[in-house]
Amino acid sequence: MNETKTKKLNGAEVTLECLKREGVEIIFGYPGGSAIPLFDALYDSNMKVVLSRHEQGATHMADGYARQTGKVGVALVTSGPGATNTFTGIYTALMDSIPIVVLTAQTTTPNLGKDAFQECDTSGMTFAAVKHSYLVKKSNDLPRVLKEAFHVARTGRPGPVLIDLPKDVLAGVCTASFSDEMDLPGYKIPTYADTSAVEQTAELLKTSKKPLLLVGHGAMISNASRQVKELAEKLNAPVTSTLLGLGVFPADHELSLGMLGMHGTVYANKAVLDCDLIFSIGSRFDDRITGKLDEFCKNAKIIHLDIDPAEQGKVLQPDVFLCGDVKLVLEQLLPMVTRLDSSDWVKTVQTWKKRYPLTYPKQGGLRMQHVIHTLCELTKGKAILNVDVGQHQMWAAQFFRANYPRQLHNSGGAGTMGFGFPSSIGASFGNTTGWPVCCIAGDGGFQMTLSELATAAIHKLPIKIFVLDNKYLGMVRQWQDMFYDKRYSSVDLVGNPDFVKLAEAYGIPGLRLKRSADAERIIQKALDYNDGPILIHCECEKEDNVFPMIPAGAPITSMITETPKTKLEKPTGST
Amino acid sequence: MNPIQERAHSISLMVANRPGVLVRISLVFSRRGYNIDSLVVSPTLDPNFSRMNIVARGNPTILEQIIKQLEKLVDVVQAKDHTNMNVVEKELALIKVKCSPEQRTEMLQLCDHFKAVTVDMTETSMIIQITGNTDKIDAMKSLSQKFEIIEYIRTGKVIMLRGEDKT
Repeated sequence: MNETKTKKLNGAEVTLECLKREGVEIIFGYPGGSAIPLFDALYDSNMKVVLSRHEQGATHMADGYARQTGKVGVALVTSGPGATNTFTGIYTALMDSIPIVVLTAQTTTPNLGKDAFQECDTSGMTFAAVKHSYLVKKSNDLPRVLKEAFHVARTGRPGPVLIDLPKDVLAGVCTASFSDEMDLPGYKIPTYADTSAVEQTAELLKTSKKPLLLVGHGAMISNASRQVKELAEKLNAPVTSTLLGLGVFPADHELSLGMLGMHGTVYANKAVLDCDLIFSIGSRFDDRITGKLDEFCKNAKIIHLDIDPAEQGKVLQPDVFLCGDVKLVLEQLLPMVTRLDSSDWVKTVQTWKKRYPLTYPKQGGLRMQHVIHTLCELTKGKAILNVDVGQHQMWAAQFFRANYPRQLHNSGGAGTMGFGFPSSIGASFGNTTGWPVCCIAGDGGFQMTLSELATAAIHKLPIKIFVLDNKYLGMVRQWQDMFYDKRYSSVDLVGNPDFVKLAEAYGIPGLRLKRSADAERIIQKALDYNDGPILIHCECEKEDNVFPMIPAGAPITSMITETPKTKLEKPTGST
Repeated sequence: MNPIQERAHSISLMVANRPGVLVRISLVFSRRGYNIDSLVVSPTLDPNFSRMNIVARGNPTILEQIIKQLEKLVDVVQAKDHTNMNVVEKELALIKVKCSPEQRTEMLQLCDHFKAVTVDMTETSMIIQITGNTDKIDAMKSLSQKFEIIEYIRTGKVIMLRGEDKT
């Protein structure tokens, strides 16, 4: 669709036009000197711009929007510190394969490399955290670069793409026509898997009496819920899920085992130990789920389906590797499979589900588990949760029963504290479900990005902000409790503000929740509120630990289900 | 360190000829703390692409992973490990030695044996140019140590597949 332009546009206007052509409806950003040409072009445009209060917030918002919608999220910031502040957001998106495009303005091209004001080698700094990046030196390159950036961000294994835009490139005239031309000779997008690998998979499945499906984020990205369900039911195979895969397969399905791994369910982890075949569907065998590698699925055949060929053998050597898009490959496979001789296995697994349910103590003060459980009950599971990182995150994964894809948003790979709240803003902008968007944050993570309260307030976003406050960095405290002789080092968050008053200062109403008995009433009140954001300050039990737990680097057999009486060996695995 | 585990691998890449490509490639090695022994970048017949030849040492399974991650880079068209393959491998080295007129005959005999040539000669020194595979250059260097080596530089390995097919 080559077309000639009548009016001469500058680089900034062309950039904006390219964004529109890519279907972008909203930009999360923060201006600054070098970025003024772009913000000037936005002034007359009908593009929605959300002014964050920090560039990290803008990047997480773009990320949350992308997770919610499946579209590419866009962040726009200035050079120097504006760009460096996006780094955590870019890295978070990379670790979870989230399609975002980050536009960073830059000093003028003649100033590059001269330590000019707010110059930063942005592309150099971010090489290790992007799927791909560009430093645009000529205004006429803009249409092609923008086209490529969105294509790379959203296809294959999605990821963040950064475009560094010098101010003179933005201000200069661009005479290049908008075209669909791309120059990506090294970029390949896997689709269907090799037929022979699919046939091998079908053969291997036939031999299994104790199959286990492991569903990861890849299945969500590929929108393959229906195919995963069909496969599980057709085979009669139990399904476990990674943190980011939760919701692809309904939690309430009788074959669902919930999350596996470090804080996964007992029955999922027992199934991992006992299965004779594990079929990973869009998971990358992260160390959070495998524990000690030599012991993981030691006696099971391994089938690994992933769109990224570099995942083959990265962690485990599979018996069959299927390289391709989850949905397409499962469609290849489904006609070849039949019901397995697995009824005894399914019965065993269901016995475990009954015998080792997820529980939490009902006595004592308010529990985070109770808040999340109540939220799940009151919304009948029809809510979007943007969760921060820590104990509350694991409890959200355990006690919010996700039956739908794209309803639980977590910073999984990166474990970025401060992610939950800004990402809930992005999700809220992208939310078309009619369900409430809830931010579930701890007192630690919330304080890292709480300046976005202003952003939520001015846009009157209907976000339910749950601050689960135990006045501790709870997960680190739990490790210090269990493995470091209760030497609580730098985890006491004394000095926390009164979060209700804090919200009120931003014009956001706040509710206080202190007693378990009030949980239902107060959470319902928050859900009923319909005039913008509302904050629920939940003052929780200070020293509660997340169980089950497999210490990092330990085999699954070392699973702990309650606080041990004696000190445990320090974990050998990372974090 | 097991010498078999850590043997040198010859990796060849076809990459888009763009700024930043080299950084992206070297990061795949450096994030693991892997060192690149030698690196040659040169244009190809098509100016849009460059050819890179990398020699690196490390655990073979990790290097296999590294090659997959190189292949995954948007600017990398192809990445291959040519170790144990039927390829022509050549390096060029320049060796500057102290060499008096009395020592010249011996030095020239050595050059003759290795099919090396002298590219510079003074009353007191000589620069020898040698091409060949890594072992041959190592041997020449080792024997030149009898004379005092002032300095020494080598290009790194260039690789080409034998026969009609492209590397």
